[in-house]
Amino acid sequence: MCTTCGCGDTELVPVELHEKILAGNDRTARHNREHFRESGVLALNLMGSPGSGKTAVLEATAKVLGGLRLGAVSADLATDNDARRLEKAGIPSRAITTGQACHLDAELVHRSLHDFPWRDLDVFFIENVGNLVCPAIYDLGQEANVVALSVTEGEDKPLKYPVMFKTADLVLVTKVDLVPHLDVDLAKIRDSIARVMPSAKILEVSARTGQGMDEWKAWLEGLRGSMKRRAPGAQEARMHAHGHEHTHTHIHEHEHTHGGTKHSHPHSHEHVHDHEHSGSQGEAHDHGAGDHGHQQGGGSHEHKH
Amino acid sequence: MHEYSLVEGLVRRVEEEARRRQATRIHALKVSVGELAGVDPELFRTAYETFRAGTLCAEASLELVTFPARWECPSCGKTFEKGAILRCEPCGEPARLAERSDALLLESIDMEVP
Repeated sequence: MCTTCGCGDTELVPVELHEKILAGNDRTARHNREHFRESGVLALNLMGSPGSGKTAVLEATAKVLGGLRLGAVSADLATDNDARRLEKAGIPSRAITTGQACHLDAELVHRSLHDFPWRDLDVFFIENVGNLVCPAIYDLGQEANVVALSVTEGEDKPLKYPVMFKTADLVLVTKVDLVPHLDVDLAKIRDSIARVMPSAKILEVSARTGQGMDEWKAWLEGLRGSMKRRAPGAQEARMHAHGHEHTHTHIHEHEHTHGGTKHSHPHSHEHVHDHEHSGSQGEAHDHGAGDHGHQQGGGSHEHKH
Repeated sequence: MHEYSLVEGLVRRVEEEARRRQATRIHALKVSVGELAGVDPELFRTAYETFRAGTLCAEASLELVTFPARWECPSCGKTFEKGAILRCEPCGEPARLAERSDALLLESIDMEVP
């Protein structure tokens, strides 16, 4: 440092950012959401305590939504039991084993899409890790958040976990067939929800008896309808949009350091692009590490890890 | 316990910003945490203390500013505190969450730059 003019001296500056700490996750979530919407796939993030009946509700959903193509990814710390249950119920499923992670984030969901034919689906369920705390703050790119709350969990549960219920678009009060056997007052559950959710939407369901499943079906179909109305010509838009979406590098730098998550990735996800790859369009098409397979206009090239 | 992964992301972001500006030192960070951010401020601080070692944030203090949960009626402006029914009966409107109630923001970084 020079003592005459101070050149070479450092200066203390406050750098104002005011940005979300989860901005990175939110970016990936937006990317997922674009994918889902372009393909006309209704993606739902299903959350709730361990044992709240998330998997059972989906099993029962397969029975009432026979006409729709359903699919799911199911997150669990250590097993793929839920995904296997869903497969058995007729819902093509993949497990996301999160290891120590207590929630799904947008990146984990994005990776799970790579080896799953999600584009062919009408409704894609993302069954989150059983946890009423952490999953609430991670946007995954879903169209709506559904929270399962079983009648055995305590009437004041929503008051104890306000963040989760604040993010819910719908609360499924599950296992209502048990109410006659319990000292539980459904009105009290509704009251608790109204104190954490300004626009409370609640459906009472039983996967065992099928109670409320028609209303749940109607809710899903209503949501599909409004999604389609918002994006008329979604199919054409998809093809078109993908012709221009070749800045995929940030997403596809797939290092496969899954930080404790162990799921195998036979990585040949299909991105169908509707344009010619003649190179004359100036498309850089730089896929970073390029460790994924791409199908382009019929021709395909596979990258190995 | 997602506070650790949040702090990891925070420190990485701060380091990126510091490198971009060729900062020689980071003095302090300011973070806003709303009551409904889904983050426990104490756990967040503990995670920061654990995580900052060996990073550019090693000597940077962390200021956490907390905001209480509050809602207001979009029509009449009536405010609702935690525990109230979140609906304005006279206006027939659902209450709206007030700003910063669920914030989780990196507000600013004090850094030394050449």
